[in-house]
Amino acid sequence: MALDALVFQAVNGLASASGLFLVAAGLSIIFGVTRIVNMAHGSFYMFGLYIAVTVADRLPSPFDFWGGVLVAVALTALIGALVELVLLRRIYRAPELYQLLATFALMLVMNDAALWLWGPEDQLGPRAAGLTGTVELLGRRLPDYDIFLALAGPAVLLGLNRLLTRSRFGRLIRAATQDREMVAALGVNEAVLFTAVFALGAGIAGLGGALQMPREPASLTLDLAVLGDAFVVVVIGGMGSIRGAYVAAVIVAQVKALCIALGTVELGGLAFNMSKLTLVAEFLVMALVLVVRPHGLFGRPAPATRIHASAVEAPLVPLGPGGRGAALAAIALFAAMPLIGDSFAYAPVLAQDVLIAVLFAASLHFIMGPGGMASFGHAAYFGLGAYGAAYAFLTLGVSTPAALVLGPAIAGLGAVVFGWFSVRLEGVYFAMLTLAFAQIVWSIVFQWEEVTGGSNGLFGVWPEGVLESPTGFYLASFALVLAGVLVLRRLAFSPFGHALRAARDSALRAQASGIDIARVRWLAFIIAGTLCGLAGTLFAFAKGSISPEAISVGRSIDALVMVLLGGVQSLLGPLFGASAFTLLQDTVMRETAYWRALLGALMIAVVLLFPGGIAGGLSDIAARLRRAAGRP
Amino acid sequence: MSETPRLEIEALDAWYGAARILFGVSLHVGRGEAVALIGRNGAGKSTTMKAVMGLVTRRAARLDVEGRDLRALPTYEIARHGVGYVPEDRRIFTELTVAENLDIGRRPRPAGTAPDLPDWTPQALFALFPNLAEMQDRPGGAMSGGEQQMLAIARTLVGQPRLLLLDEPSEGVAPVIVDQMIHALHTLKRAGLSMLIAEQNLDLCRSLCDRAYVIEQGELRWHGAMAELEEEALFGRVAPTNGIM
Repeated sequence: MALDALVFQAVNGLASASGLFLVAAGLSIIFGVTRIVNMAHGSFYMFGLYIAVTVADRLPSPFDFWGGVLVAVALTALIGALVELVLLRRIYRAPELYQLLATFALMLVMNDAALWLWGPEDQLGPRAAGLTGTVELLGRRLPDYDIFLALAGPAVLLGLNRLLTRSRFGRLIRAATQDREMVAALGVNEAVLFTAVFALGAGIAGLGGALQMPREPASLTLDLAVLGDAFVVVVIGGMGSIRGAYVAAVIVAQVKALCIALGTVELGGLAFNMSKLTLVAEFLVMALVLVVRPHGLFGRPAPATRIHASAVEAPLVPLGPGGRGAALAAIALFAAMPLIGDSFAYAPVLAQDVLIAVLFAASLHFIMGPGGMASFGHAAYFGLGAYGAAYAFLTLGVSTPAALVLGPAIAGLGAVVFGWFSVRLEGVYFAMLTLAFAQIVWSIVFQWEEVTGGSNGLFGVWPEGVLESPTGFYLASFALVLAGVLVLRRLAFSPFGHALRAARDSALRAQASGIDIARVRWLAFIIAGTLCGLAGTLFAFAKGSISPEAISVGRSIDALVMVLLGGVQSLLGPLFGASAFTLLQDTVMRETAYWRALLGALMIAVVLLFPGGIAGGLSDIAARLRRAAGRP
Repeated sequence: MSETPRLEIEALDAWYGAARILFGVSLHVGRGEAVALIGRNGAGKSTTMKAVMGLVTRRAARLDVEGRDLRALPTYEIARHGVGYVPEDRRIFTELTVAENLDIGRRPRPAGTAPDLPDWTPQALFALFPNLAEMQDRPGGAMSGGEQQMLAIARTLVGQPRLLLLDEPSEGVAPVIVDQMIHALHTLKRAGLSMLIAEQNLDLCRSLCDRAYVIEQGELRWHGAMAELEEEALFGRVAPTNGIM
């Protein structure tokens, strides 16, 4: 490989690094002060690009690009301030999980807002006036604009640094990052500071988006793509560290650039195209860094949170006689579903969807509720199960029952590997790493066409033998889902479940009483992954096909919404949530192009108004009825 | 007007999460008066101060500073109303320099400030705490415990308070520095500041305080002149056994 190719890619890498840094820096500043991980941060980047393109389109030539950038920064900062005032202000004291979900919901709403404002087509902006030429470097032509971008990152880094050290606003940001309560006790209005910080972070993200105008079109997929990248960068650099964000952005961009520059390499007689690694490379770097430094290169353990209003969770209680009766009735209803299939042909199909969703949600709930670990990448195990079973069935030619075992086994294996890394992290770091792993699985499935069928997926996965008839398969999946749910329930009340809940409520005290919390969490993660894989396997056979869509981030979020909607604090929550969500998706969401906004609004409503979900609401009603009847 | 106490608390209850810590605490601090709040660890001294600042969940029949009701105010408004809070663990911004720490606390004098209270400019503070003047560019994290305590008090004073809530100011501070601090606190008292001091160091209390309240398990047990405290039967219970008192 020639030196000039390497240098060329290195400069290109620095230009990409600037873009990554701008998104990550805003995310990091916002987290530092407000302790909120803004899942909607990619949306500000996306809005920045869309606004810049729109404004540039309406301005005369030399001003178009730069005018667009300026307006984009101002407007995204303004939108950021509004979002802080209307939404975030209400959730600062909510548990971390609800904050993540609320900002994710915001991302969904903003995505549909962009769809409504700008339509589904990609939009390309103009080039930057004055920076349209190229420079010759080692015999290759480098665009001026790439050099400008490569310098823009360090320039913003220096500017931010000056702001943070030389201005009172900057000093307040640094002080609040360390101890925001003390800042308030010294007479500083936190609310105004938080709004300003959020506007600043959103504006920087908007700048990052706007500056990409000559390099990529504005599109509706940017928010999620950029969010994933920004997470990786922030996690590598350390949450809250601006310098770390830049170093991490350079590392990630350079590793990617190196992969492209290396091209196809021969290794022991095997040709391997390194450029295929680019999608996964950043996640590999992140996994590596997190193993060595769990808080990133420049990060520090989060300061102990003071007076946290997060609710104390009530202990889980077994069902009373009434509850048991209702559960038996529900089981009987599902078992009898094939009988009513004659009169309502659609009912068994819908019931099958509900069953799969129930196992999907219940397995996530197991690590999220009793385990206290909110995975943002649970779909990875759903997909591993589905693809594993489909591949074994189609290519290796195993029988349907064997595929039903192999699928979950492969998902479990994935959980063994990913879980080992993930369970060592807490809270948002856990959420981000699980999301990152799901992205790895997704990109492998997407690119490995020989095995997975690429974007088309795998077809013809219809059950054979005794399970060939729809009724046979339905009853088999009903039995499997019921068994899975009962196993999870049994485990939650077992000593293992107690250890898991102890680790959630107080890691220190659990450790001091001899619980190996990493081990307990890992085991829980593997169990959840395996059962989720079973759900995925059933899905593949029920639909007869599987595509990468089943592993997408959206799918992981569906599971989170099901759990949240049903209620995190009850073992019945995921069952209610999955049923309600599936019915809702089947009815309302099919009717509108703006289902994301609808879903987002639903999530925000649950977070703000009914944090207990359906199960919480039902138990409130039950308690009220008991009181009305004069019983305790 | 002159009879309105600086701080007046009636029937204050406070919670830390789900656990109730204070049970009907009532106390008052007059103008230019120094009052000791005495009790063992966990008795509720710190919580009383946090409750005044609105940093814990609280309920009170009355919570006034200079006749103004603090109950519905957010923490920063309470601070701006002239309540200076010096927390037990000092909570210095360790990443910021001494000068920057002072800058965070800086506030203009409130309009209604009594003319007898001094204007705390950095110059006035450096006269009061000469050590700080020499280390303005040092990060807060690189200071000794005593220096941090000085900075914590100074950082509160630049906010132009009328009432100081001092939580264990001598804890973890070398005896030489404690003497300097007593001297500085005397100066503040002479300047007309009111103080509520939670303290285990009896020398400091004797030298500075006019009155004392004794708190046990979240309830006030005794209240009287500082000089009478040591003759009380309950004194043996609340006095620490480590010999500092």
